Amino acid sequence: MNEKTINRRIFNNKLYKIFVSSFSFLSIIPLFLIIYFVLIRGIKYINLKFIFSMPKPMGELGGGIFNAIVGSFIIVGVAALIAIPIGIMVGIFLSEYKEKKFTEIVKIFVDTLQGIPSIVIGIIAYLWIVKPLKQFSALSGSIALSFIMLPLVIKSTEEVLNLVPVDIKEAAYALGAPYHRIVLKILLPSGSVGILTGTLIGISRILGETAPLLFTAFGNQFLNLNLLKPMSTIPYLIYVYATSPYKDWHNQAFAASTILIIIVLSINLLGRFIEKKWKT
Amino acid sequence: MRKDKVFKIILLLSGFLIVALLSGIFLSLVFSSIPSIKEFGINFLFSKDWDPVNNKFGALPFLIGTLLTSVISLLISIPFSLSISIFLSEILKNKLISNIFQTFVELIAGIPSVIVGLWGLFILAPFMRTLQLKLGIQPIGVGIFTASIILSIMIIPYSASIGKEVISMVPTEVKEGAISLGATEFETLKSVTLPFSFNGIFAGFLLSFGRAFGETMAVTMVIGNSNKIPDSIFSPGQTMASLIANEFTEATTKLYTSSLIEIGLILFIVSMLINILGRLIIRRFKF
Repeated sequence: MNEKTINRRIFNNKLYKIFVSSFSFLSIIPLFLIIYFVLIRGIKYINLKFIFSMPKPMGELGGGIFNAIVGSFIIVGVAALIAIPIGIMVGIFLSEYKEKKFTEIVKIFVDTLQGIPSIVIGIIAYLWIVKPLKQFSALSGSIALSFIMLPLVIKSTEEVLNLVPVDIKEAAYALGAPYHRIVLKILLPSGSVGILTGTLIGISRILGETAPLLFTAFGNQFLNLNLLKPMSTIPYLIYVYATSPYKDWHNQAFAASTILIIIVLSINLLGRFIEKKWKT
Repeated sequence: MRKDKVFKIILLLSGFLIVALLSGIFLSLVFSSIPSIKEFGINFLFSKDWDPVNNKFGALPFLIGTLLTSVISLLISIPFSLSISIFLSEILKNKLISNIFQTFVELIAGIPSVIVGLWGLFILAPFMRTLQLKLGIQPIGVGIFTASIILSIMIIPYSASIGKEVISMVPTEVKEGAISLGATEFETLKSVTLPFSFNGIFAGFLLSFGRAFGETMAVTMVIGNSNKIPDSIFSPGQTMASLIANEFTEATTKLYTSSLIEIGLILFIVSMLINILGRLIIRRFKF
């Protein structure tokens, strides 16, 4: 082996490191570009009036997005109320019945559910709720979003319960505790942080979902608190305003996006922060 | 003891609920697609006529649009996501910096799709338009290629995090063996680490392809919404998902709705197959 080949190999190694590092850094640039442009174009339109007033009719300048903010919280809240308890139960099932063949099938189904394109979930909520009730409703939107959140809660619950030491469970058994109390009073509390993380990540995910709401919750120019009526949400409003021909609506879409991106990324980061804290 | 029994039954039922939910979704899609399946049969996949006025529906332009956008976006994303996987698992030794970098990567996946679309529509598309003007292509801005770029940004985090996980699982002894034989880090990667983790990395690409395949909002906003077969990668097009997003509420006839739902059924089946295959590969890799 002469010196030339060795130098060449060292050179190649350096080249590889530079290549890999620069491509890695390049790929997080869009994150900052997106946040930067959305904030720079949106933040100047945000004020209390924008947050607390209702939209103006089409074409008129001004107006706010209060109805969409309220709608987003109601729809996501109801979705979370559906997804969390069911998700936790399924998560317990998956971690408690590991040996069964049926559990494997359920696991694959959970993965599949997670992989279904969100627009297809929208079709399902349309077929199951909107069509029989013969009208768009906030409830159908919540149900669509709960299907999207469900796998996230299931997986974080299962994962955290698998980490609870067997000794704790056996100690409880030895003291004569019945099975359901062991699960509900011992396993779940020791896994609560993990479940919280999954819930936060799930909420941040469905807060930004638009596709499943297009033909379920639809939209509403007015403030609506009735779950059986159409309701506006922030992401839906962004979509409608962004694809409209009005300059003023474009600006409002950026302002609404600024609010949404701050809420979504904060919840997301909070979830990750709690997870890191708890895992170390 | 009685409460225990009830509790166990509830647990089992929750498992059944998932099976019932997914089967219900599949059956509903099939059932609602029947009018369209009966009317057009297999031709639905090969006809390029999408003509709601005359009640004629063919999905070919959207199949092509979906395949083009997801394949191009996958090809764009591969060098980036593979670099991130290697960077995080092999090059960055500092745990804190590595964690921060990974959080940034994962935050990309956390940005709502509609906001990525908004950015694509008002910032990337005008940029593409100037670029196309310089290249002498018809300057439309939105289109298949713009949508592919947006998609590649969105799917990089998925294949990157799976890739990082499988590369980290390559046993240290194997890598150290290569190093002790005098291999450089690059040679170790090329001849030991990558071949060892190839299946897992492949599964990561497959799963991110599945993501791109079904992604809706961002694509809908930047693809140009043209129901014709695109004649170049810069021309406007339509994917299956963006078609449903655009036309579902406008569908007036039963056959129209049914055709859109059949497209949803295709999306469902393809994403299901990709997911199961991807997870099977990863699971086999783990043991």
